[in-house]
Amino acid sequence: MNGKYRFMLAALPLAVVIGLSGFFYDRLGKDPGELPSALIGKPVPDFTLPGLDEGTPGLASADLRAGTVTVVNVFASWCAPCRIEHPMLSALAKVPKIRLVGLAYKDKPEATRAFLGELGNPYALIGADVTGRVAIDWGVYGVPETYLVSPAGEIVWKHVGPLDEAVIRGELLPRAEKLLK
Amino acid sequence: MLAAALLLSSVPALAIGVDEPMADPAMEAKAREISRGLRCLVCQNQSIEDSNAPLAADLRHIVRERLAAGDDEPAIQKYLVDRYGDWVLLRPPLEPATFALWFGPFALLALGAGIILWRRRRPGIEPEAQALTAEERARLDSLLKDEDPA
Repeated sequence: MNGKYRFMLAALPLAVVIGLSGFFYDRLGKDPGELPSALIGKPVPDFTLPGLDEGTPGLASADLRAGTVTVVNVFASWCAPCRIEHPMLSALAKVPKIRLVGLAYKDKPEATRAFLGELGNPYALIGADVTGRVAIDWGVYGVPETYLVSPAGEIVWKHVGPLDEAVIRGELLPRAEKLLK
Repeated sequence: MLAAALLLSSVPALAIGVDEPMADPAMEAKAREISRGLRCLVCQNQSIEDSNAPLAADLRHIVRERLAAGDDEPAIQKYLVDRYGDWVLLRPPLEPATFALWFGPFALLALGAGIILWRRRRPGIEPEAQALTAEERARLDSLLKDEDPA
């Protein structure tokens, strides 16, 4: 057994440890339960949803291909994190050239109306997905979820969980700006 | 008509449909078999068959609905993979991205076996202990003498 071979054998555990440390460090602070969306880069699914009451327009896939950058927020009145992220949505609604629309997930329209009556309605359009069927076409598995849709109606980005300032400034807005160029 | 109305009223308000067995036992067995292979997205280490999450109930309903419509297992799996990605399958598909997952353990086993065989074929690598030279013997003796037991 010559010296070089012996050195390489001794260095192997160290190399493995360094490799694993790098891998674990990369995963640090990330939620392992968060799944990549299968719909990134795909056109929005076809759907038509009614509004929260008669006379209020609902939400349909055609609204998302109308040539504006759209943020689709999946929410429900029974969802506590939705209440937490609500101020962020109100702020986002004020950003020019970005349209915020809502998809009320498995929620009774009267409950959604009460929720928005209490906190304010940041959405330009809301579709009531009472059974949750349209949300399944979107790959929704937990509310709140937020999607960024290009002017042509392609899903560009998805976030699971409540939006916070870091996510909006660091991930959502830079991508939206790229779409606006 | 009345029966239909009664049936509709039994549907839970905030679910896609009722979560009840199919009429045909063979179809129901098939539905359960498919559901056991699908991951619940909410409680991620359970199948939708085992989970009580509302989303799992909705997905079970969709499995039965598509089965009743004549879809086979690959078609139903594709329907869900299109929406939720490969992650929804509890058994990962065999494709280039998962080759390491499927073949990695066997590759490591073969590597280990290879190293053992390689080392066995080269015996006597460890040098034999050699007898001391006269010089070394003299030095050892003097060192031992130095150590005074008293």
